[in-house]
Amino acid sequence: MSTEWEMVIGLEVHCELATVTKLFCGCRNSFGDEPNVNICSVCLGLPGSLPILNEQAVELAMRIGAALHCDIRPSEFARKNYFYPDQAKDYQISQYDRPLNVGGWLELPDGFRVGVTRAHMEEDTGKLTHVGGSGRINAALHALVDYNRSGVPLVEIVSEPDIRSVAHARAYAAELRGILVATGASDGRMEEGSMRVDANVSVRPAGSDVFGTRCEIKNLNSLRSLVRAIEYEAARQIAILESDGVVRQETRHWDESAGRTESMRSKEEANDYRYFPEPDLVPLDPDAEWQARVQSGLGAMPSERRAELATALGGAPSVAETDQIRAVVDLGLDALVSAAAEAGAPPALALARAANEVAAQGDVGLRLDASSFAGLLAMESDGRLSATQSKTVLGALIERGGGDPVAVAKEMGFEALGADTLSAVLDEVIASHPEEWARFIGGDDKLMAMFTGEVMKATSGKANGKEVAAELRRRRG
Amino acid sequence: MTGALALAAEVRAGKRRAREVVEEALAAVAEGDGDLNAFLTVLGDEARAQADAVDAAVAAGRDPGPLAGVPVALKDNLCTRGAPTTCGSKILDGWRPPYDATVVQSLRAAGAISLGKTNMDEFAMGSSTENSAFGPTRNPRHTDKVPGGSSGGSAAAVAAGFAPLGLGSDTGGSIRQPAALCGVVGMKPTYGRISRYGLVAFASSLDQIGPFAATVEDAALLYDVLAGHDPLDSTSLPSIPEPTLASVHEGVEGIRVGLCRDLVDGCAPDVAARVHGAADALTGAGAKVEEISVPEFAYGLSAYYLIAPAEASSNLARYDGVRYGLRVDGEDSEAMNTATRTAGFGAEVKRRVMLGTYALSAGYYDAYYAQAQRVRTLVMRAFDRAYESVDVLLGATAPTTAFDLGAKVDNPMAMYMNDVCTIPSNLSGHPAASVPFGTGDDGLPVGVQVLAPALGEAILFRVAQVVEDRAPQRSGS
Repeated sequence: MSTEWEMVIGLEVHCELATVTKLFCGCRNSFGDEPNVNICSVCLGLPGSLPILNEQAVELAMRIGAALHCDIRPSEFARKNYFYPDQAKDYQISQYDRPLNVGGWLELPDGFRVGVTRAHMEEDTGKLTHVGGSGRINAALHALVDYNRSGVPLVEIVSEPDIRSVAHARAYAAELRGILVATGASDGRMEEGSMRVDANVSVRPAGSDVFGTRCEIKNLNSLRSLVRAIEYEAARQIAILESDGVVRQETRHWDESAGRTESMRSKEEANDYRYFPEPDLVPLDPDAEWQARVQSGLGAMPSERRAELATALGGAPSVAETDQIRAVVDLGLDALVSAAAEAGAPPALALARAANEVAAQGDVGLRLDASSFAGLLAMESDGRLSATQSKTVLGALIERGGGDPVAVAKEMGFEALGADTLSAVLDEVIASHPEEWARFIGGDDKLMAMFTGEVMKATSGKANGKEVAAELRRRRG
Repeated sequence: MTGALALAAEVRAGKRRAREVVEEALAAVAEGDGDLNAFLTVLGDEARAQADAVDAAVAAGRDPGPLAGVPVALKDNLCTRGAPTTCGSKILDGWRPPYDATVVQSLRAAGAISLGKTNMDEFAMGSSTENSAFGPTRNPRHTDKVPGGSSGGSAAAVAAGFAPLGLGSDTGGSIRQPAALCGVVGMKPTYGRISRYGLVAFASSLDQIGPFAATVEDAALLYDVLAGHDPLDSTSLPSIPEPTLASVHEGVEGIRVGLCRDLVDGCAPDVAARVHGAADALTGAGAKVEEISVPEFAYGLSAYYLIAPAEASSNLARYDGVRYGLRVDGEDSEAMNTATRTAGFGAEVKRRVMLGTYALSAGYYDAYYAQAQRVRTLVMRAFDRAYESVDVLLGATAPTTAFDLGAKVDNPMAMYMNDVCTIPSNLSGHPAASVPFGTGDDGLPVGVQVLAPALGEAILFRVAQVVEDRAPQRSGS
């Protein structure tokens, strides 16, 4: 009988803080600018320059710690020494043996708790672009360095090796992303590198209480990569163990296009970072008052917001609704749904529209005004607008950030058809399809759709489908 | 040459033009520095422009500041905007900082004139200025002798009368020891009292900028201008500094002086005799002198030669050829780093970088760096205990008078022993000054060291003033 294997996964998440300026200087912290415009003597590491700690970065780091139920401790910065061209000073200012946030946990939507070892502050490096040759690191002709990112504040959140499945790894990263956004600490954009995930993966026979040798997987730029890389890596390690091989402890790079991990460096080749306390900074010890202020200023976290929304929907959401709730909370659209429901819109309809049509619009969806949204949903639910019309009007409202849905519907020609008009149109449709009408009278229900479609065509979609159907049934007697 | 205090008074009163003072100083440097090599760069045009600005201010009835028209010699590890700042190293040859050190700005705001950049041991590592990549400086008192170091250029510039004032940096005695060997006053303030922003770092937790002058009064004047909080330096002290010049002549009546055996006994007999002479002079002036012993000072040198190289190994990592200064090309970036650092650094810098790298390495950190930090704490506590019974300490600055050029270049340990009396104050962060007090058997200047507790600059200068007032006349050189 073959061995059952169990994965053991720990995640290290780097999160760029959404501060106005960098961690140790007054340069703008901004993504996507022209290279090397947000730089100064400090973030270039020029001789004689000295770091000054950014108070807003500390505040955001403390919010992350508080949201992850960590203890906020007296802490200290250290230097992590290693040579690399994107490293302005050839050392990184980080926290080592005295991190700011220690010992918390994160609860996944299914109730599983993952321990958080620490969440410490550090500075980001510059960004290297390899140019010429194949453009790959080892074959490039030269490299360009953009120091805009040098000194951008990061918090590194290290989980305990508590995760046992790919699904939980994904859920942890997704839930953490939601928390980072909810605290205002980060925009959580993985595609822009605001949130970067490294995975420590090992496998062991199910039931064993001894950890296997782990590999650290880098370059996971999306939840999809995270899932694929862990699946690949676990399979690779299992294959080695099943052929009586030995897994080497090493750092591996995820190659997204090839769909595999590749060795970067072994444990023996790993840097000795020669950490020591950073003498240019004083210890960081946020006082109790500051900690209390951070704690009390923390808004509702995604789990609470999901619970609130579920309650607003009557307390027993379906599977589809549970997914929709998660989606709108992740996107920050839950306030829109709650407000619309409070203003009288049907909650399930509000949730569905928010999770689909509003969500599809991306960030602009967040600008939608709740009263416009509620008004529109009311029009749809009482039959003044068809579902198709309602969605079209919704698109226009999102584009404009709000507005009066009645006026917008009218502007688009979506006025509900008067009963007389509908009756006249129906007369014409019946007159031009006498045979079909006879069969419909005779009980052929399949023709209902044909007649409704013809009415819709004649009215350019303005007729309400439900009313058309009701009128057809009434005439059949 | 007129002292700084008198010179500034004349310029402020319009009796002398700053431009005239500067032209005289530039002429003196042009005539006399060929042999001495005190200056690496003379800032002729800049000095003239600054002098003209001072004269214009006087003409317009504005006060140009307490150092109006006074030329100052700047150690070449202080950043000067647009002007070479080499740290005595080939690796920074050609680099021009885009900013001024805070002290350089303070000098300008006080009306002082930056006359030029002075020679130094490479990255301030040395005690003779022979470790400069640009040739040694000679001692103006005897040109076959070293001026001491690492701030030998500034000490020599003041001793030669090129400028009434100089600035140096003191990491293990680099202001006080050359002051002693050149027969001028040199002072290291409390750590954090003068901003380090723009001082190219050697060992960040020990480095401190301080004044050179021909007299104690002038040193106090320069100290008062530079002391104060700087928001650009996290280790800068926030308190408002006590002015020192105003009280410098208040005498030592009733002040308790500890003649520290541990800072005298290991010195050459002629140096020890002068220290005892200074103690007698203080007794004669009304001080209560007692002999005390602080045996922990004996461990200072060993601790220093672990802590300073450890910090230096990290501070000097940035000279990698990527962004500024020297670059020697190589196959890849790592080879380029190695080639650049091999060609750019001198032997002493390489020795200390390797020593420091070793001391911080995994497996050695606790035995070396951490142990050295514990010794540092021990030395601090020993100072605290000594200051329970005395107000200041008295000892030698350097164990001998100036030695021959070349005498110790091949014996690093003999060179390091020069700092044995000055290092304890760097480890504790306390202020200390060297004041000329007669000569040794060879007719060369002897410096007596006065040490005070943290923020004790005012009492330090008062005691130093009495030592200066009662110093035997120099027998010439």
